[in-house]
Amino acid sequence: MSAATAIDAGSPMVELRGISRRFEKKLDFAGRIAKRLGAPVREEVVHAVDNVDLTIRKGEVVGLVGESGCGKSTLGRMVAGILPPSDGMILRNGTDILSRDNAAAREMKLRTQMIFQDPYASLNPRMRVADIVGEAPLVHGITSRGGYESYVDEQMRRAGLDPAFKRRYPHQFSGGQRQRIGIARALAVKPDFIVCDEAVAALDVSIQAQILNLFIRLRSELDLTYLFISHDLGVVEHISDRVVIMYLGRVVEEAPSETVFAQPNHPYTQSLLASVPRIESRKRAFSVVKGEIPSPLNPPPGCHFHPRCPHAMDRCRVEKPVLREVAPGQRSACHLNDRA
Amino acid sequence: MTTAPTLEVRNLQTHFFTRAGVVKAVDDVSFTVRRGKVMGLVGESGSGKSVTGFSIIGLVDAPGRIAGGSILFQGRDLAKLSEEEMRDLRGNRIAMIFQDPMMTLNPVLRIDTQMIETVQAHRKVSHEAARQRARDTLGMVGIPSPDERLKAYPHQFSGGMRQRVAIAIALLHEPELIIADEPTTALDVTIQGQILAEVQKLAETTGTSLIWITHDLSVVAGLADDIAVMYAGRIVEKGTVAEVLDRPLHPYTSGLIGSVPSRNKRGEPLRQIPGMTPSLLNLPPGCAFRTRCPRAAAPCMAEPEIREILPGREARCFLPLTSAEEQAA
Repeated sequence: MSAATAIDAGSPMVELRGISRRFEKKLDFAGRIAKRLGAPVREEVVHAVDNVDLTIRKGEVVGLVGESGCGKSTLGRMVAGILPPSDGMILRNGTDILSRDNAAAREMKLRTQMIFQDPYASLNPRMRVADIVGEAPLVHGITSRGGYESYVDEQMRRAGLDPAFKRRYPHQFSGGQRQRIGIARALAVKPDFIVCDEAVAALDVSIQAQILNLFIRLRSELDLTYLFISHDLGVVEHISDRVVIMYLGRVVEEAPSETVFAQPNHPYTQSLLASVPRIESRKRAFSVVKGEIPSPLNPPPGCHFHPRCPHAMDRCRVEKPVLREVAPGQRSACHLNDRA
Repeated sequence: MTTAPTLEVRNLQTHFFTRAGVVKAVDDVSFTVRRGKVMGLVGESGSGKSVTGFSIIGLVDAPGRIAGGSILFQGRDLAKLSEEEMRDLRGNRIAMIFQDPMMTLNPVLRIDTQMIETVQAHRKVSHEAARQRARDTLGMVGIPSPDERLKAYPHQFSGGMRQRVAIAIALLHEPELIIADEPTTALDVTIQGQILAEVQKLAETTGTSLIWITHDLSVVAGLADDIAVMYAGRIVEKGTVAEVLDRPLHPYTSGLIGSVPSRNKRGEPLRQIPGMTPSLLNLPPGCAFRTRCPRAAAPCMAEPEIREILPGREARCFLPLTSAEEQAA
């Protein structure tokens, strides 16, 4: 409990209030004519993120978990300020980062940085490492021309890269080293909040361990707060203080790490945990969640999980469950909790 | 239990003759696959695990070729077969499943066209009988309403369903051996669980042997009977899954197991293997793992041979972890 109260004491770093993001595919010319003539065509709308509230406190590592199409990356991009939400408000240290022409909002965006999954696609292949890492701090006046070289060296060393390689191009590095370049670039502008979008997913196991250790070390060294997005529950369990689980654009469960992995409440969380292969298991029958993830273009009504849920009742097919507290610090969106 | 193994690979060497030099992608690899069992071939990128799979099924492209060793399958050495004889076996007695199902599927042909073609490539049966076989196999891998789905194109399937179709195609001729190269790596956890469950059921009911190539120890732990761990083109350790994962002998195996996050206390640094995989063009002399190994000492400057360290347990190491406390990963 002491850990939980210590986290509670932290002030909110990021607050999402009713965040939604819709992607719309407008009708083309032929479609518009067809519609006017009475054809049953309509604009396609994907609710990538649907009315999400989330608070991340200072110093916390929040793991965001879900399968493909659940909206975890879209949410991460909105939190990082590189994708505007369709609805809702994002407060960063109390400042609305969506308001324009606001120096405070710009400052807050700079203090939020992002690390991406693909260490090959997220670095400009034509820039030298020194410029990839050093360009932003120079532009933002964090370092000067005079102190540039030593500043870049320091950033590279902190991410575990040899500064002697700073004249090289990204293709001359391995996947793990490239991810270190991405980390050095993100940290060079002195952020206090990092969004890691599948930052270790593309790496080999032994390299993944090195990068996770780097994240853990940097967190304590620089007092960082992370939003750690991943589909890998093992990684999330290891690094996170609190875990948020999404399914088809909605948060289905949110709780401290120990609670989620020991007493998952939502049936989706339970089946997700049961599906994870564990190194401790031997020749076991893999448990099976039936069905596929529905298309976000056409999500099922009511609770999105009901077609795959072993406990689905009539109510689940019509009424959307709300996220409610089921235990201290644990919130879950499931009608089953009303029966008890 | 004395039935002959399905496959026996002996001292396999697959080398790539590049302009920069000879890359020994697979170097002196030996293992056996028991009938109806699953063999997990584990390693990181560039360890040669996929090239081993491609060598068995005869799909190594130039500048690579099998430079030595033998691959014994049903009493025949696959390394010495002509392209024609190999084509007769491939897709028939030996099948392969790839990480990307679109390696198997043609995007512009309907599923029925592709499956019927595969059936008729090796068996003289009527179009109708071939369609029947295709439909039954789709049902076997858990595809709902197979009759309708046969008429669909690959893009109309989800990733998980596409992989099921690829598995169904591999099963069409009830092969003795299926080589699966990271088939669930690109899939979501719940879908991966479904596919693994299907594969497990199939291996048990059909007696098909499987080589499951993956980087994910956790998948192998639950699925496989035997395991071979590869590093820099060589097998460094092999044995049954229970023995290798519970009591690893080779420091690399031990390091890999230690790197798995769930084996470590939450928030604590993971036990990591320092450094990175060496380039195959420029391997350090002696043991290839020497430069990253916490136990490396003077004897490691010589090249270790794979040898029996404990009864039924082989590893390629001079200084294996033999005491219980060392093995407790």
